[in-house]
Amino acid sequence: MAKLASSFKNMFLSLSLICLTVAVLLAQVNKMTAKPIADAKAMKLQNAISEVVPEFDNDPTAEAFMMPAGAGDSLLVYPAKKGGRIVGYALNSFSNNGFSGNIQIMVGFDMAHKIVNYSVLQHAETPGLGSKMVEWFKDAAKPSQSVIGRDLSKGALAVSKDGGDVDAITASTITSRAFLEAVNRAYNAYLESKNENSNGVTGNTQSDNTTESATETNKNTEQDKISQEGGDDNE
Amino acid sequence: MNNNLKVLVNGIIKENPIFVLLLGMCPTLATTSSAINGMSMGLATMFVLICSNAVISMLKNVIPDMVRIPAFIVVIATFVTIIEMLMNAYVPALADSLGIFIPLIVVNCIVLGRAESFASKNSVVSSIFDGIGIGLGFTFALSLLGAIRELLGTGKIFSLNIYPEQFGSLIFVLAPGAFIVLGFLIAIFNKLQKKEANN
Repeated sequence: MAKLASSFKNMFLSLSLICLTVAVLLAQVNKMTAKPIADAKAMKLQNAISEVVPEFDNDPTAEAFMMPAGAGDSLLVYPAKKGGRIVGYALNSFSNNGFSGNIQIMVGFDMAHKIVNYSVLQHAETPGLGSKMVEWFKDAAKPSQSVIGRDLSKGALAVSKDGGDVDAITASTITSRAFLEAVNRAYNAYLESKNENSNGVTGNTQSDNTTESATETNKNTEQDKISQEGGDDNE
Repeated sequence: MNNNLKVLVNGIIKENPIFVLLLGMCPTLATTSSAINGMSMGLATMFVLICSNAVISMLKNVIPDMVRIPAFIVVIATFVTIIEMLMNAYVPALADSLGIFIPLIVVNCIVLGRAESFASKNSVVSSIFDGIGIGLGFTFALSLLGAIRELLGTGKIFSLNIYPEQFGSLIFVLAPGAFIVLGFLIAIFNKLQKKEANN
């Protein structure tokens, strides 16, 4: 078969046909992979949450809410509940002051203001230097650099260079500062969430925050389910 | 068949995209901070190369000359998008660590270069063999580069400990190390090639 001549009609038809075929093919692949991609993302989030909070039996991603963290920022908060009682919060916090831009972390607090664990969701820090933060701040053998179990109600965390008591990553003070900034930001949102929650429990249910009342009703329906099994048709 | 084998070996050694043709330096330098990253980048590129070579060779007579470059790019971009979606779906951790470099395979000059200089002039079968050969050459080079950088930088190969990490020198994991190791590898490769030619 001879090669098609480069006439306008040929060029137009050939390119259009190729693009059309390709579009159909890509649509098919997209359809096939959309669910696995969404699953993988949800899985990653779920893993990050369960890594940083005490054991729970609810679905924190379904009950997530936004909470202000001061300075106009809002963080996504994932409440971890066991038997309907909140046992901790996982907070998706961030810092824009990393050595190479934005850092996203997931920090978990228990109900006594202590950090349970953290995991780094996304960063672009220098490999071998700043990237060490993934492990550095949870090294149980080195309490001066670990943030696990620290009680933030005693004051915000800071690196030792800034008068704090957390040892920064060797040669990566900027990354360390950014990391602690993200942790402190998470703590602000944690305090807010905790206040809202305890207000709700002590009876001030008429909170002006809609998300709060939403979680409250969630909890009520959960308890209802537990107390009257099979009584679903009451609703 | 013999000819196809020659095309394949040609891609790995005589026309090795990294050490001889010096094509596709951007992903080469950027993604080889560890052996596994280098290898997966190589394999992803190889998949795209084989598929795009085959399709372009099939279509070579229905693509008019004047629009061949856009047509090639559309075909290549399709396969890159497919592999990106597949990687996101089934190996999300790997997709995360390779990041932007997967979509950037589209503009990797190896892929377009082979389409232009080989697939658009040869039969489908030998184009596929060319894709495999060049792809293997690329994968081999990237894995070797990644392995050496990982070993010198962190004391590991494919995350297996060889010696304690604190003896590693970080520079090999960072950008300068990529240039240094690549330079030495090209020198060694050239030396070996010359010896072969002289014999």
